[in-house]
Amino acid sequence: MTATLTPVKKRSALTKGQLPKSAPYLVLGIALVLGAAILALIGFNALGWGLVSAIIFAIGLVGWSAAVEGSRRAKDKLATCLVVGAFLVALLPLFSVIWTVLVNGLPGLLDPGFLTTSMNGVTGSFDNKSVEEGAPVLGGIFHALIGTLLITVLATIISVPVGLLTAVYLVEYGNDRPLARAITFFVDVMTGIPSIVAGLFAAAFFFAVVGPGTKTGAVAAVALSVLMIPVVVRSSEEMLKIVPNELREAAYALGVRKWRTILKVVIPTAISGIASGVTLAIARVIGETAPILVTAGFATSINYNVFGGWMASLPTFIYTQILNPTSPSNPDPSSQRAWGAALVLIILVMVLNLGARLIARMFAPKTGR
Amino acid sequence: MSKRIDVKDLNVYYGKFLAVADVNINIEAKSVTAFIGPSGCGKSTFLRTLNRMHEVIPGARVEGEVLLDGDNLYGPGVDPVTVRSQIGMVFQRPNPFPTMSIRDNVLAGVKLNNQKMSKGEADVLVERSLQGANLWNEVKDRLAKPGSGLSGGQQQRLCIARAIAVEPQVILMDEPCSALDPISTLAIEDLINELKDQYTVVIVTHNMQQAARVSNKTAFFNIAGTGKPGRLIEYGDTHTMFSNPTQKATEDYVSGRFG
Repeated sequence: MTATLTPVKKRSALTKGQLPKSAPYLVLGIALVLGAAILALIGFNALGWGLVSAIIFAIGLVGWSAAVEGSRRAKDKLATCLVVGAFLVALLPLFSVIWTVLVNGLPGLLDPGFLTTSMNGVTGSFDNKSVEEGAPVLGGIFHALIGTLLITVLATIISVPVGLLTAVYLVEYGNDRPLARAITFFVDVMTGIPSIVAGLFAAAFFFAVVGPGTKTGAVAAVALSVLMIPVVVRSSEEMLKIVPNELREAAYALGVRKWRTILKVVIPTAISGIASGVTLAIARVIGETAPILVTAGFATSINYNVFGGWMASLPTFIYTQILNPTSPSNPDPSSQRAWGAALVLIILVMVLNLGARLIARMFAPKTGR
Repeated sequence: MSKRIDVKDLNVYYGKFLAVADVNINIEAKSVTAFIGPSGCGKSTFLRTLNRMHEVIPGARVEGEVLLDGDNLYGPGVDPVTVRSQIGMVFQRPNPFPTMSIRDNVLAGVKLNNQKMSKGEADVLVERSLQGANLWNEVKDRLAKPGSGLSGGQQQRLCIARAIAVEPQVILMDEPCSALDPISTLAIEDLINELKDQYTVVIVTHNMQQAARVSNKTAFFNIAGTGKPGRLIEYGDTHTMFSNPTQKATEDYVSGRFG
């Protein structure tokens, strides 16, 4: 009698009616096998396998959970499945892009001289030779890299002071005056300007001021500034707004003038956010193609002068290499160069994004005892 | 190094809203004056008019006179920045500059105004100010560390050190202990007692025991109801105010029978 009353291995009453910890992995394994089996019947492909397995997994896990744990937990599991699924769907294109560019771009990038030579003097006959006789692909992106860097740096030099000062006006002096509200409105409008329109504006502006057909790196930089300024204004404004008012009052109470307070207290406190905002704005415009096409033209030789002569850039280099291959009969070397340039561009943007994080961390107000 | 403040017929507005009406008060030099009263009665607002911090808020303005040793703070051509460098302020919540070290926080008033100062002079000023704020012994080995790493009470004393480093005539304190624990509060109260030997101190407090402990004179502010302006009800020696006030409202408030 007593022996039956003492359970040997009783599960805790608090964890009763729960799926084991390994349940999701178990269901995942079954779903993958079942998915493969179903796909084998109708012709196997990876995307279909993933999709079918995911559906089986969701149904299996939610159904099992409903049977054992009750409807509240089942709903929780369903929501988790949906969230994770959405996350995977969102990540898929990203990985696909990176993978494609890596696979196609690495041969070009690893070509000797790809980063250090320009396309000057590289003609179709070299490309024909490399395809027919296996000679190395000549030509590189040095001129485009220089162009992209110079144009972007100049655009940053123009945009950051304008954008930061606008943000300072809006936050520190605007007080919701009509002028401040108008600026906010037009900055929002500017955010929505299509990039080609910005390019046309810059081209037309220099056409009117300097002369017809002015295409230089500086024109492209102005076009990019038009795209960059609203982003810089917006991000700097947000960063300045979150500087606590107490710090401004603390400085005022010490007899510090308003402009010094802004310069030495407000901006230093917000500088990490501002700097990372600026870096993200740069990353946003560095890949612009259309405005550069109409403002800087394209070049095959190295041009260090942003104020004279046409200038190549990475996006326009990719565009021209694909659209007008150096050798029309053998476009493969051109497309190899284009993929290589695309890979370099992606790496640049990634480095800038990582840089933004580093900058944010470097400038962040230090804590510690 | 301290001046008296005389306020004549002061009305304080936020836009069109009259927040504090008809204040007449004489604040003695080298003494501690406490402002007490229920929340929203305008004592903080009034305090902020004494160094022209009130007008930092958009739409805020003042009518009347505030005389610092006879000079009207609100006279034509008076630069608020000059006023604030003579009348320092300590806020309710400790607000050291997060980007600066403890040392730089103390020197903020000097450095932010770009006054040149040799390292030796700066060291002397830092030590004197931190000594004055009873903080020197706690932080002398970590002056280069950020001020935000200190405890709340230490941060508040750092803010007091920062305020006295610019050598003001008057120090205004807006509920300096309301965010602090009793031990830190005691440290600040001891400090206020020492500060009154050199400075004119005006303190706003919700804590009547604190007013009784630290102040020489007490002013009681009250408000007739929401939307009505706050008024100075009674002003006198702290001892009299707490033991034998002339006004019924004061007696009700200090004895806890209020509302």
